[in-house]
Amino acid sequence: MLALEANPYLPLPARIVRIQRMTPGHNVYQLRLADPPAGGAWRHRPGQFVELSVVGVGECPISISSSPTRAGILELCVRSAGRVTDALHHLGTHDVVGVRGPYGNGFPVEAMEGQDLLLVAGGLGMAPLRSLLGYALDQRERFGRITLLYGARTPQDMLFREELFSLRDVEGVDVLLTVDRDPSGTWPHAVGLLPDLLRQIQVLPARTYAAVVGPPVVYRFVLGELLRLGFKKDRILMSLERRMKCGVGKCGHCTVGYKYTCLDGPIFTYWDVINLPEVV
Amino acid sequence: MKMRKVRKDALDLFVAVLPRFGEVLAPVRRGAGWAFAPPRRWSEVDLAYPRTLLPPKKILLPPHERMLRFRKGEGYEDLLAEAGKPVVLFGVHPYDILGISILDRVFGSGRFPDPYYAARRRNTTVVGVDFTPDALHFCPSMNADWVESGFDLFLSDIGDHYLVMVGTSRGDDIVELSGCLLEDITAADVAEYKHRSAQRRASYATEVEIGDLPGILEMEYGSKVWEELGDRCLSCGACTAVCPTCYCFDVYDEDDLAAPTGTRGRTWDSCLFASHARVAGGENFRARRSARVKFRFYHKQRGFVAEYGRPSCVGCGRCSAVCPAGIDIVQVIRAIRDEDGHARAGS
Repeated sequence: MLALEANPYLPLPARIVRIQRMTPGHNVYQLRLADPPAGGAWRHRPGQFVELSVVGVGECPISISSSPTRAGILELCVRSAGRVTDALHHLGTHDVVGVRGPYGNGFPVEAMEGQDLLLVAGGLGMAPLRSLLGYALDQRERFGRITLLYGARTPQDMLFREELFSLRDVEGVDVLLTVDRDPSGTWPHAVGLLPDLLRQIQVLPARTYAAVVGPPVVYRFVLGELLRLGFKKDRILMSLERRMKCGVGKCGHCTVGYKYTCLDGPIFTYWDVINLPEVV
Repeated sequence: MKMRKVRKDALDLFVAVLPRFGEVLAPVRRGAGWAFAPPRRWSEVDLAYPRTLLPPKKILLPPHERMLRFRKGEGYEDLLAEAGKPVVLFGVHPYDILGISILDRVFGSGRFPDPYYAARRRNTTVVGVDFTPDALHFCPSMNADWVESGFDLFLSDIGDHYLVMVGTSRGDDIVELSGCLLEDITAADVAEYKHRSAQRRASYATEVEIGDLPGILEMEYGSKVWEELGDRCLSCGACTAVCPTCYCFDVYDEDDLAAPTGTRGRTWDSCLFASHARVAGGENFRARRSARVKFRFYHKQRGFVAEYGRPSCVGCGRCSAVCPAGIDIVQVIRAIRDEDGHARAGS
C-alpha cells in the first residue's frame, strides 16, 4: 500500500512535475507525492492503476505507465475522455492533484520471469503495457525475448513513439508498429491490423506469456489468432477497462460476472475471461 | 447464548434505557407502509409490521453521505467524524439482520474495510424481533428466516413475554441496565419458543429452490426470460434502493458556492441505470436493459454465491413489493427453472 492510511478513500496530494504532450488528446503526467509515505517510493506492480482526483471535479481510474523499477516516479498516460481527464488537461506543472492506490492485481511478473514476453497493445492499451515493458527492459536478464506489437489509428496517435523507436536496435527486443491508416504517406512501418503483425512473428507459445491490452475490438481479433498460434488460455493475459469508481471493491461499478475488476483484476487470463459474462 | 425474558406489558419500560445507546429508530407507520424512524411516543412503534419500505441499509450506508472535504490547490481531508452518531435500530427482522451481516462482509472486511461503514456499524445497536411472514416473504428459501448473530439483542414472541437473546456484550449492558424487568426463562418458555418457531416456519406461503440455481443460471445465460424482463423493466432502480443488500454507490464532487472548497460524497446507485457500466469514451458493457436486469439477478444469485458462499438475497420481498412493472424475483427464478408453467422451447 501507498500509506498506512486508515481511510482508503482519502487521496494523497501529488504535484505534477512534468507534462509530456504525446498526441492530441493524450498527455503523460509525471507525479510526485507531496508528502511521501514513510516507505518512500511507490511500490506498484506493472498493470496496476491509481484513482486520480482533480480537486473539485472528481476522480477516475488511470493505469500506471511507469515501471516500478524507476523508484519515486509515477507516470500516468491520460486521454482526455471525460470530465476529470478533461479538467486534468487544463492543469499545468506544479498543480496539485490527488492520488490513491495503487490498486488491482497487476501482471503476474513472478510467473512471467524466465519466459518470453509477447506484448500486444492497441491504442491507449500501450499505457499499462509500457509499465510491464519498462519492468522487463530494466531487468533484462530476468526475461527472455521481448516482442511488442502495437497498433494505433494513425502515426500521430501512436503513444510513446520516440521511446519505442529507440528500442529497435536493442538485442532480443522486437518492436513491430502498425497503424490503421497513414494519411501523410510517410509512415515507415506497417499499415494494417494487429492480427496481420501476429502472423509475421516467430514465437514459442510454450515459453511465452502474451499480454494483450486494448479496446474491445483488439481482443476480438487478437485472441483468436493467439489461440491459433498455440497459446494456452492461461498464458494469455488481458487488462479489462471498467468504471472502477472506488478501486477497493465496494461501489459495484466494475463488477464483471462475479469478479471485481478493481480487486481481482484488472489483469485476467483469457481462461478467466471466458468464464465471465459480457467481458469483451 | 444468554437468554432472558421480559413481560410484553413491561416493554415500554425496557426500551426506556435504549436512548443511552443512541437515537432509537423503530418501525412506525409512514403513509401506506412502515419505516425505521424515531418514534414520537412508544405507542407509535408497530412491532407487527410486515416490512419497512427501506431496509436498515439506510442507516449504515446512507442514501447520501459526505466523505471528504477538499480545498483546491491543497487536497482532501476526511469527514469520518460525521459517521459516528450512535443509533439503536429496534425491531429488526431476522432477514434484515442477515442483510446487515452481508453488508458487514462487503464493507467491514477484506483488504480495504470501508471506514465510514465501519464507524456507523460500530455505533449501531441492533435489537431484533421475530415476525409473521406475509405472501411476499420467502426467507427460508434464502436461508434467512433465522439469525444467530448480527444482533445485540433479539426478541421472540412467546405469548405474554418476549424471549430475549443476548448476542453481544453491549446487548448485555442493556439487559443489565434494565435489571429487575428481566426474568429467567423456564422449560415452558423454551417449549413455547419451539412451538411458535415451527409454526412460523410452516406459515411461509412462498418458496423457491435455489440450491442448484447458480449452475442453472450459467446454462440459461441466453434465456429469452431476460429479454422479456428487459421489455418490462423501467430501469427505475426502485428494487435496488429497497434491497437490504444492494450497495452500489456513485461518488460525486460538489463545489461550495463562491469558495475554493467543496465536498466529495457518495450516493446510492443502481445497476439498472444505463450509466452503471459505461466507461470513459462511451463504451457501455450493459447498454441493453435486458442485460442490466440479468446482471442484477446474476450478481445476487450467482456472482455473490461464488464470492461469499451465499446469495445476496434475504427473501424480504421488498423488490417485488415496489416494482412498478410487477417484476417478482420469485417468479423470475421460477421462470428460469421452467417452473412457471410456460414451456420455453429454444430458450
